[in-house]
Amino acid sequence: MFRRNPKRRPRQVNPRHRLAVLLPTRPGVTGASNADQKFSQLSSGRLRAIHLLWLFLIFGASAFGAGAQNGTDQPSIVMTILAWTPLLLKGFGFNILISFMSMAFGTAIGSVLGVLQISLLPPVRFSSRILTQFFRNSPWLVLLFYCMFMLPFEITVGGLRIPFPDWIKAVIGLSLPVMANVAEIVRGAINSIPSGQWEASESLAFTRRQQIWLIIMPQCYKRMLPPWMNLYAILTMATVLASIVGVEEVMTLAGQVLAADGRPELLVPIYSFVLLWFFAYCYPIARWTIRLERKFVLNT
Amino acid sequence: MPEHTDNFKETPFVSITDVYQSFGDNQVIKGISFNVAKGEVICIIGPSGSGKSTLLRCINGLVKIDAGSIKVKNLEVHDPHLNKLELRKIVGMVFQQYNLFPHKTALQNIMMAPIHVLRQDAGEVKDRAYGLMRKVRLEGKEEFYPGELSGGQQQRVAIARSLAMNPEVMLFDEVTAALDPETVKEVLVTIRDLAEEGMTCLLVTHEMGFARELADHMYFTENGVIVEHGPPEVFFNAPEDPRTKEFLSQIL
Repeated sequence: MFRRNPKRRPRQVNPRHRLAVLLPTRPGVTGASNADQKFSQLSSGRLRAIHLLWLFLIFGASAFGAGAQNGTDQPSIVMTILAWTPLLLKGFGFNILISFMSMAFGTAIGSVLGVLQISLLPPVRFSSRILTQFFRNSPWLVLLFYCMFMLPFEITVGGLRIPFPDWIKAVIGLSLPVMANVAEIVRGAINSIPSGQWEASESLAFTRRQQIWLIIMPQCYKRMLPPWMNLYAILTMATVLASIVGVEEVMTLAGQVLAADGRPELLVPIYSFVLLWFFAYCYPIARWTIRLERKFVLNT
Repeated sequence: MPEHTDNFKETPFVSITDVYQSFGDNQVIKGISFNVAKGEVICIIGPSGSGKSTLLRCINGLVKIDAGSIKVKNLEVHDPHLNKLELRKIVGMVFQQYNLFPHKTALQNIMMAPIHVLRQDAGEVKDRAYGLMRKVRLEGKEEFYPGELSGGQQQRVAIARSLAMNPEVMLFDEVTAALDPETVKEVLVTIRDLAEEGMTCLLVTHEMGFARELADHMYFTENGVIVEHGPPEVFFNAPEDPRTKEFLSQIL
């Protein structure tokens, strides 16, 4: 038997409002038009297939259209792109690596920063809030530039030279905004736990640390997972920013391929190709996030 | 306000003297004093916003007071050097919203504090937790999560969770206010059992019939002061203060 708890926070109409900036826009089912409703009735598997099909069509059309203007002495567009694919995939793998590492660093530091924001010590609380707000409200690219030009190319620790390649700097640069956003996710999740949980655990003599780790945080993980996954998808798409500062990731390589081949008709197909990969990587994450959110809303 | 000393032969177990409390500019408690003897059951009634719940929260130190003194057993609650663990081992509290930990089963809810706070042996605690589930008449529901239990069942788990710390006094803050009428009774029966075993109980309640039956002493608060108090027979049958009369006529 389920009983509604009248004093519990009213269920949010859209549970994703908490970090709405980070979230993909998606029409609410209630206000959606007839067509949208039909669309949402499709199973998620078919939805994904339809979207991928569209992208393939665009890519194919652009490749074919470019090929039609092409003379006969050069290899076809598709063959050229396939020939470059191993190199481009390597670059894409590098993007994924950067995204993994930035996410790992950002999450580790951001979690700490998030918990510090509810510290009982005002100086700790305020400084962590300022830090979070600062990095959350800075353009990612500017932070990336800062890290590129402010960090040394190597560090000497006791005679040992540790090189600091550009891509490591890019990881650091990207993990700063991730850190701030994770901190906000953590803080938001903690604040969304009803105050009665704090009172009850305090009256049972749990220490503050025990309250956080035994009572509050275990209830937060579920709430944090969807926005955290969203953030990861956004970060993955933002890794191409590293091309601007010269890291050899997929966009840089795509540019180099274009320059090497000297065929302007390759431009649209190659970038569509790269777009397709990012879509194929990020879209399932987005779908999975939506499914988790629905599941958690049903559970609470 | 007259002190009532007639019904105390021993030193009071909970002693509240001239307590003031405010949230910002909002003065919630404006000088409340009373004593509770060991094994006594007192009920506090009054309109909402009269400071009843805040008073209970002051007794176990969840809310700080501005002035006055609250003594529980031999502990001064608002001594800055107070060992809060000692206080909270003695004082158990049950809330209107149950506040069970939703990520733990009923049994785990009961076991958590003894294991993590009192560092007792998990096996012993488990046996005791089963015993407490029987005591609140919920045997068989041990592995249920709070979301799978009715309000009344959750509230009884909350009582059992509080009892697991072996408190000497229990605070009940409108524990039946959020419940459906048909489940109120099962919670009240649990509290009555406790009171009959000799547990010192402070109840904030709107269940007048229950208060009349169970309380040793009634208190009526309004605007942060005690307007009237007395044994239930007198309090309910012949209230003196016009504010008490009005409140009782509205609620009864």
